[in-house]
Amino acid sequence: MIIDHPLLGPRDAQEFTYLGDASLINRPDWQCENALSEFHDYLYLRDNPAGEHRELWYHEQGDRSWLVVTRNTVTHEILSVELAHDVAKAVTAGRSAK
Amino acid sequence: MTQVNRLNGGLIDRSTSLNFRFDGKTYSGFQGDTLASALLANGVRLMGRSFKYHRPRGVLTAGSEEPNALVELRSGGRQEPNTRATVAELYDGLDASSQNRWPSLERDFMAINDRFSNFLTAGFYYKTFMWPKAFWEKLYEPIIRKAAGLGSLTGEDDPDLYDKGFLHCDLLIIGSGPAGLAAALTAGRAGAQVILAEEDFELGGRLIAESCTLAENSGADWVMQTQAELAGMSNVRLMPRTTVFGAYDHGIYGAVERNTDHLAEPAPGKPRQTLWRIYSKRALIATGAIERPIAFENNDRPGIMLAGAVRAYVNRWATTPAQSVVVFANNDDTHQTARDLMAQGVKVPAIIDTRPDAPDVEGTEVLKGAEIINTSGRLGLSAVRVRVAKGYTRDLFCEALAMSGGWNPNLGLTCHQRGRPVWNADIHAFVPGEGLPVGQIVAGAAKGELTTDAALRGGAAAAVSALADLGITATPADLPAAQDAPVSLSPFWHVKDAKRAWLDFQNDVTVKDVKLAHQENFTSVEHLKRYTTLGMATDQGKTSNVGALAVMAELTGKSIPETGTTIFRPPYTPVAMGALAGRATGKDFHPTRLTPSHKWAEDQGAVFVEVGNWMRAQWFPRKGETHWRQSVDREVLQTRNSVGVCDVTTLGKIDVQGADAADFLNFVYANGFAKLPVGKVRYGLMLREDGVAYDDGTAARFAEDHFVVTTTTANAVLVYRNMEFVRQCLCPNMDVQLISTTEAWAQYAVAGPNSRKLLQKIVDPEFDISNEAFPFMACGEVTVCGGLRARLFRISFSGELAYEIAVPTRYGDAMMRALMEAGEEFDVVPYGTEALGVMRIEKGHATGNEINGTTTALNLGLGRMVSDKKDCIGNVLSRREGMNAPDVLALVGLKPVDAKDTLLAGGHLMNKTGPVDVANDQGYVTSAAYSPTLQSSIALGFVKGGFDRNGEQLRLVNPLEDKEILVEIVSAHFVDPEGERLRA
Repeated sequence: MIIDHPLLGPRDAQEFTYLGDASLINRPDWQCENALSEFHDYLYLRDNPAGEHRELWYHEQGDRSWLVVTRNTVTHEILSVELAHDVAKAVTAGRSAK
Repeated sequence: MTQVNRLNGGLIDRSTSLNFRFDGKTYSGFQGDTLASALLANGVRLMGRSFKYHRPRGVLTAGSEEPNALVELRSGGRQEPNTRATVAELYDGLDASSQNRWPSLERDFMAINDRFSNFLTAGFYYKTFMWPKAFWEKLYEPIIRKAAGLGSLTGEDDPDLYDKGFLHCDLLIIGSGPAGLAAALTAGRAGAQVILAEEDFELGGRLIAESCTLAENSGADWVMQTQAELAGMSNVRLMPRTTVFGAYDHGIYGAVERNTDHLAEPAPGKPRQTLWRIYSKRALIATGAIERPIAFENNDRPGIMLAGAVRAYVNRWATTPAQSVVVFANNDDTHQTARDLMAQGVKVPAIIDTRPDAPDVEGTEVLKGAEIINTSGRLGLSAVRVRVAKGYTRDLFCEALAMSGGWNPNLGLTCHQRGRPVWNADIHAFVPGEGLPVGQIVAGAAKGELTTDAALRGGAAAAVSALADLGITATPADLPAAQDAPVSLSPFWHVKDAKRAWLDFQNDVTVKDVKLAHQENFTSVEHLKRYTTLGMATDQGKTSNVGALAVMAELTGKSIPETGTTIFRPPYTPVAMGALAGRATGKDFHPTRLTPSHKWAEDQGAVFVEVGNWMRAQWFPRKGETHWRQSVDREVLQTRNSVGVCDVTTLGKIDVQGADAADFLNFVYANGFAKLPVGKVRYGLMLREDGVAYDDGTAARFAEDHFVVTTTTANAVLVYRNMEFVRQCLCPNMDVQLISTTEAWAQYAVAGPNSRKLLQKIVDPEFDISNEAFPFMACGEVTVCGGLRARLFRISFSGELAYEIAVPTRYGDAMMRALMEAGEEFDVVPYGTEALGVMRIEKGHATGNEINGTTTALNLGLGRMVSDKKDCIGNVLSRREGMNAPDVLALVGLKPVDAKDTLLAGGHLMNKTGPVDVANDQGYVTSAAYSPTLQSSIALGFVKGGFDRNGEQLRLVNPLEDKEILVEIVSAHFVDPEGERLRA
């Protein structure tokens, strides 16, 4: 596969390490009411879609960027590639900065 | 021997005669021959034995689809089994031998199997070796294993070099027949970046195998002329001897180029083969078609070949398989075989055509509406028995038979991304369907355009449309007119009522086997394959799948498309493991990392151990020491009594900088770091988000916004990856930057009561490292040896007064030597990982044995470190009920009740009395060592509820060897439990 890195352009998938579902970015608030069950769901419950899937790839043999890659798990078509840092910033935009 | 079957003409170079050996006999051929063509020219028809029945077999095809003529080439480290004689390019001195026979190809002991063919039917193994059960492992499996497999290896290392490479192009054209060449001309002239890959060593495909003409020229002339033009284009890369074996995602193709397979051995430094990863914007499959055989009684004798292959041998290699050849077909196309043979003076007694309305051929008799019902000839064909239309039989003497049941588009590469072929009723064959890999198009015979003219024009048109997608304007190349007739064929798969009619020659699958599979309800295509072994092994059913499918369709009363088809997976043809490995073999596969003082350690006679990829000194034997324990005990005692130095360079090091560096570490470590003062180090434990501990180390604060983190050797890469994840994905608003500095610093532990005195000689005098100025857990930037920058940490793994000193890597060797020299007056000792391990067990420090992916901070006795006043990775889930039960495993020390006993890691602990079983398991031993300090075997382990069981006796059991040792639970801190030495 070829992943079109937002900063570096098209790179071979061999350069990347795969992590999994991009929902790992949405880490629950440790002080929220149901923290234990929220964290349980965050860590263990994953969708396994046959189709579009947002997932985390790490450019380990490259610039060390974490990327959010939207990929069709059936055809391996890659629909978009974003810097995870940007995605995470958007996620945390509403919350107070850590 | 003379080349009795050599004809005139052909594309061989008669001025270069080549000698070669087959099964010990010497023959000669010409440059341009394959092993198969040269053997045929020499009158050799028998080339192998079939897999199951050990039937004598000759060559069936003239290409990579060959099921029969598998040979072993070369000898020693270069010996390669299962090479198809049809693709082995002849070179002077080639040494080949046949396979799957003993003692010789002519007299094969295992041919006895053929007599028992009634028993060895489909599913034989599944049905036969069921009972008695005990026989399986001892008797059946060894026998089957011995009989299974083809060819042999010497077990010697392959001396050759294999390379890997990367190529990019606008248009990858796979196959250089009429479609491929027309496409290459079209795209090349349009200026596109073109790669033309051809598995053969000559371009041209069927154009050089047929006698057809293109305009006024022969096909071969047009190929030569086209090749010359393409070779002159800088934007076109011609790659003969290159098999594209797989179509992968996003237009990536895998290919093997056989750089020097056609030479006795590669020139020094040159690769034998190259594995190419080709990144294509568009790819054109122009892989032609594969002819299909007809199944009839005894249709597998040497001399019975596909008609297209016979024409290839006659026209390209100027070789006839025999002096008298009968033709058997269901189509017009094949009649050309007879004309080509007769033009060279070879006798063609008759053409047997299954169609009652077959056309006549001048010069021979056409038996219309006839079928071959049997053949004879033990080691090679001698006659065929024909049932003519009127019903009576006729015997025709011949030494070869050219047969054809039509052609199947060679569409393997179109299926590699789940593409499913569809049935084309016009040509009675499967053609590529929907779901082709992205960017892939098909042209020529591979698409079902089975005439030369259609292939030429189809190839050019495909190139134009592919390039148009890329915004490149191309016009179809001017192409010569090919004079060939449309396909005229009526399907004919097998002669009815044959006892043994082969469909799959390689796996000995007959029509009867398919019938048996049907009878036993294995009717789906996938079941048929697995039940009968149809289409398995090196040829993957290239010549057999469709025929078997047709038989199954007939039996089930369904049409062929209803019956379905198997699809193809990579690789298209077998790929050598060497090519896949490339240069990643031996140490290049598993590289070794050496610390800067490795050479010094080697000079001291150190024994090394591999840790990750690092080589670490395990111990340093001295003269007179005959057992490793002597060295290790000495290193421990000398360190505890005076001073020792250990290379700890391999620890992972991560530089953390930024205004939020402290907050960041506070989040990644379970324990608190926000308030760590500048100039101090703290032990840190990292959890996974599920609350399980996964790494530990230290973080030293050199400035408000600068920390240096260490990780364990094994987890250096993982911790860094995880920290980047936290930084980018979980803490995107923090001002923090990370960089791995593992390789930038050489680091040495200096431990023992005299360590400060030693270091005072090394650290420049302006830096006060007295106990008051530089207390336990202090850190600072210093200079050493008169101005070299260094980092000093007062941390201890051994439990002694100890420091770690880090210098830039290139000074590592000098630092080690300086430490040893300065330490001479204290009788300093270098110590290795064994002594390190003994001392940390004596001190009760955990390592990977304890932080083993199943244990929590609580298990490790570090439960209080996990702060519930802050957010950090793992803290929420580490509070789960089950992980905090009263009887959770707790890290304890263990010592034998009888001091003479030796404790071993891995054993499980049981109560002093009671059963020894899983239900009563009390825990297990993680680390054990002989402590020279305590003069006893000691161990660390996990015990259920162990924090409250001090002084209790347990049994350390080893049920495998039926041994039990009585042990006592003690504090894990065997040495200096109060930590007075650390603070001295």
